[in-house]
Order: sequence, then structure tokens, then C-alpha cells
Amino acid sequence: MSSTTSEAPSAPAPEHAAASTGPGKFRGGKKKASAVAKQSFAGRSFKVRWKRDRQMLLMMVPGVLFLLLFFYIPILGNVIAFQDYQPFLGIGDSDWVGFQNFVDLYFNPDFWVALRNTLVLALWQLVLFFPVPLGLALIVDSLMSSRIRRWFQSIVYLPHFLSWVLVIALFQQVLGGAGLVNNELRHLGLDALPFMTNPDTFPLLATVQLVWKDAGWAMIIFLASLASIDGSLYEAAAADGAGRWRRMWHITLPGLRSIIILLLILRIGDILSVGFEQFLLQHDAVGPGASEVLDTFTYFAGVVGGGWSIGAAAGLAKGIVGALLIFAANKVAHRLGEPGIFSKKAG
Amino acid sequence: MATDTMVRKTSGRQTKGLTFNPTRPAWKEPVSPLYQAIKAVVLGLITLSIVLPILLVVSTSLADDQQLVAAGGYVLWPTHPTLQAYQAIFSGQFMFRALGVSAVVTAVGTVLALFVTITMAYATSRPVLFGRPVLLMVLFTLLFAPGLIPMFLMVKQLGLLDTLWSLILPGIFGAFNFVVMRSFFMNIPQELIEAARIDGASDVKILWKIVLPLSKAVVAVVGLFYAVGFWNAFFNAMLYINDQTKFPVQLVLRNYVVQGGGLADQLGIASTPPPQSMQMAIVVVALLPILLVYPFLQKHFNKGVITGAIKG
Repeated sequence: MSSTTSEAPSAPAPEHAAASTGPGKFRGGKKKASAVAKQSFAGRSFKVRWKRDRQMLLMMVPGVLFLLLFFYIPILGNVIAFQDYQPFLGIGDSDWVGFQNFVDLYFNPDFWVALRNTLVLALWQLVLFFPVPLGLALIVDSLMSSRIRRWFQSIVYLPHFLSWVLVIALFQQVLGGAGLVNNELRHLGLDALPFMTNPDTFPLLATVQLVWKDAGWAMIIFLASLASIDGSLYEAAAADGAGRWRRMWHITLPGLRSIIILLLILRIGDILSVGFEQFLLQHDAVGPGASEVLDTFTYFAGVVGGGWSIGAAAGLAKGIVGALLIFAANKVAHRLGEPGIFSKKAG
Repeated sequence: MATDTMVRKTSGRQTKGLTFNPTRPAWKEPVSPLYQAIKAVVLGLITLSIVLPILLVVSTSLADDQQLVAAGGYVLWPTHPTLQAYQAIFSGQFMFRALGVSAVVTAVGTVLALFVTITMAYATSRPVLFGRPVLLMVLFTLLFAPGLIPMFLMVKQLGLLDTLWSLILPGIFGAFNFVVMRSFFMNIPQELIEAARIDGASDVKILWKIVLPLSKAVVAVVGLFYAVGFWNAFFNAMLYINDQTKFPVQLVLRNYVVQGGGLADQLGIASTPPPQSMQMAIVVVALLPILLVYPFLQKHFNKGVITGAIKG
């Protein structure tokens, strides 16, 4: 009937749960539930509901206030992308210039460098980062000793909770010009290698940093799906003579199929966001030619360079294309029969 | 996860050798030593790649001059541990202030964030007036971001520039944490809430007396997530704060370690301990709180609080 009752079939469906939670499992139940809901809510007048839900409405106030102040009003602030914004004039008195900022953006070579870097980095992340958590999850899932398993999980989740500043600082200490590895190389009489400052190898370095920081954490979702595969499937397959690799091919991977497709689609939908702080922090060391991405372009052109309007134009263009891509990716996920990040019956 | 281990435990049989926990199912073929060895090496290397840099930094920060010079700048184990690098960085007001700023921002931010997130998540977890539109208002934030420049102009407009509020207020609500919290609330048996309503309890009272006591785990996890986020934030400070006395630890770390600024000058001391160990000491100051709360965070991962929300 609803997700609450399907988990505990013996309990009678309470009025509230039936009306509120989850998509209905079968038609009849849903109809009945909505009939109950109608009786208890829609029949009452707005005034009665207002009185009944007064405290709940009060509880929404802080959150709504936050969303207005730090989300919805700033969204309106994007109008400066269509202005020649001057800080001392403000939004009200700055001149309107139509799409001129977007035209300027189109003829700005730095913008295209930033776009190219973003796409290159996204591709590297897709090829090098994406498979790692899956592989890690398969290894961890195959560990028999729960003690080793717990220890390993504790260690690989840790870097996710370190700030990017800390991660870059740690990388510098190991791979930097005066770092551990280069110290050893010099001791051995070899030339130091510019791991942290070479623009040509920067995409690789950035992806390695991302793997170090987040691959362990990204594994958690694969582990959850692995745990939800019915163990008796493995037992049955083994009884039929399927070996380790056949079981992985015919049971494990099909069991993970939907989550892999979902994450892949979402990653492609989010292709314009490759990270921000990581690239901002290494902007000076590697140079903008390799490390400028769309988000850092917005920062340097807008805040540092004072080109508020062109920065806002870049940010707005990225935001809109990004939202369309996520929306499209979600549609594709639905088409493939996967749940996607948000469905029509949100919540 | 629970069913998984259960299956393994009930159908397990005793094995000897590398496995410490004898829960191998009867139908699983024994693992070849070569395969086992490869796996051990892979796991070992991954572990080492994470533990080694952290050990290196902590050890170097504690090492004394002689050992540092002899080792060429880095040590993996301090032979004569000393706190002189820490004494040096804490000799002026600068580092104390940074630590104080980070602590205040983290503490105040986490409390406010929990308040906003809990009230919002609870108010939208049941079918109430305006519940649906407010929920959509939150979910839309997952799709789109207002962008850095409009956010900056907003913070400026509110007069928050160069105040600690600019580091706190923009971070007191996160859609992901909201979703985690709300899906936990929705899984609380509705009979309990219904019974309390019949007994005449108000919504605030239900939240305080019934829902929150049942939600300690999720409140702990979400609170720790917020706390880690506030502690780790550096870009907000770079954008909104000019006044050096209001720099948080992460920005100090960025300016004087990652960018290699003149730390000794800033502290107003002659660089008696080698700059390397002072830099490492700052890294440790930024790292230590995370390492301290991590076990508490970790405790809840396997309870399915997070994965349950992601899947649901």
C-alpha cells in the first residue's frame, strides 16, 4: 500500500502514512489511501488546515528564509549578466546591455580554454575515477574478515573528510618540488620531477588527487548495492557449478547494473562541474592554461578582475546548461527504467 | 549489509590461514594463495598511500632540527619528538585567533544548521499545508546554483562582508543533509505520531519529545557533516574576509603552506624552528579536529543512515 505498510504487512495502514509516504504499490491500495486522505484533509477548509498546521508552518520559516536569502534572491541577481554592472551604481542604476556580455564571452579565448579544460578534466575523471570505487567495492565485498574490512573502510573513507586545502598541502609534501619524493630523487643523484607544477600532466595529477580523496567514499554506494544482492543467488549458482568469475559476471554485475547506469548518467549530466577549490588552489602553481575551469574563470574574471558582469554571464551560462544536462540525464535514467535523482512523485 | 553478514555467518565453516573471521560459506571455493597475496598487496598499497602522507606530516611537525637537517627535510618517525614548531606557531596571537574563528564558526554554524534542517525536514515530512511547494523549493536547489558572483553581491548587500556571519549563514542549510534527515523522519512509524496527536500533543512537542529522541543517530551524522563542512570551508573566507584577524585555519593553511607565504614574518618571529616543521604543524592543527571526530562519524556509517537515504 505504502512503503511503511509494505515493510510491516501486519500493521494496519494508519491514515497519515497512507496519505503521505511513498508511491503506492498497487492501484487498489492507492485509491483507498487517497480516499482516506480526501476525507481527512481536502474536506476541511483552508482556515481549519491553517489552524491545524500552524506550528508546522512556523517550523518552515527559518528554512524558507534561508532559501530566499541565499538561493532565490541571488538567482535574481544573475540579471547583472545582462548589465554593465558597476559596484558603485548597483543593480538599479547600472546600464542594460542585453546579450553583449555573452557575445564578449564568445570572443574571449580564456573562456574557451576554461571550457576545454573543464571537458578534458571531466573526461579524465570519467575514465580514471569512475571505475575505481566499483573495483574497490568488489575487493572489499570479497573480504571475509569483518575486522580487516572495517579497518580498510575506516581508512579509505577518511580522505573524503579532509578539506581540499589539506589534500593539496599533503600532496605538496609528498610530490612537491621540495617534497619527500623529490628529496629522495636528489639524494639518489637524479633530477627532481615537477609533479605538482607541470601543466602537461596536470589532468592526470588532478584526477589522482580526486581518486585519493573521494574514491573510497564513492565506494559506499556500491557496497550498499552489493549487500542488497540476495546471497542465495550465489549459493544456487555455486551449486550449479559456476565458479568465482562466472558468479561475478552473471550475478554481481547484473545486480549492480542499475546503480552503475544511474551514476554514469548523473556524472555525464554534471559534466560541467569538475570541482572548484582543487583548481583554484593550484591555479598559481600550474598556471591558468591547464587549471582554469569554468568555475575558476568566473572567479578570476568576475571577483579578481572586476568584470562582474562577464563573470556572472559565464556563471549563468554554466548554470543553465548544467541544469539542462542534469534534467536530460534524469530523463534518460527514467527512460531506462531507473529511478533517477528525482521522480515525479518526489518524496 | 545485515542480511549479507547473516548469510555468511549461518552458512560459514571453520577455515584456517589468512582469514581471521571464519565465516566462509560452504559453497565458496578456497582462495588461491596467489590471489590472496595480490589482494593483500593492493589493499596494503592503498592503505599506505593514505596513512603515509599523514604520518609524514605529523612526524615532521614533531621532529627536532638536527634530525630534520640530517634527513633532508622530512622524517617518518621523530627520534626526539619536540613541540617547538607548535610553540612557534602559537607564539603570537595569529594562530590562536585563526583557531578561535574556526571553532566559533563551526560551533555556531552547526547548531544553527541543525535547527534549520531539523525543523524544515520535519515540517515537510508530513502532508501539511504548503508542505509540497516548500519541498519543491528545496529540491530545486539540487538542480541549479545561483552562482558565485550573485552570492557575493548578496552577502555584500546584507552587510556581512568581513564578519564571521558571512562564513556561517550561507552554510546553514544543505539540500543533501535535508534529504537524509527527512527520509529518516518519514520512516518513523506514523502510529506513534498519530497517537500523540490524539493525546493532544502539539507538533513542536511531538518533534521534541517523540521524533528527535528516535533520531539521535541521524542528528549526530548530519551534525557531524555540517561541522566538518564548516571546519573545512576555505573559499568563503577567501571571498568574504579581508581582515586578517578573522582568517579561519583553512585560509591560514592556504596562504602560508599551499601558497608558501612568509609565515615567520606574519608571526613576527625569527624562524628558529625550520619553516618546514612549522608548516607541518599548521597542517596538523587543521587535520587534528577531523581525526578526532572521525571515529564518531565512522560509527554511524554502517548503520545505513546515509546509504538508506541515498537509495531511498
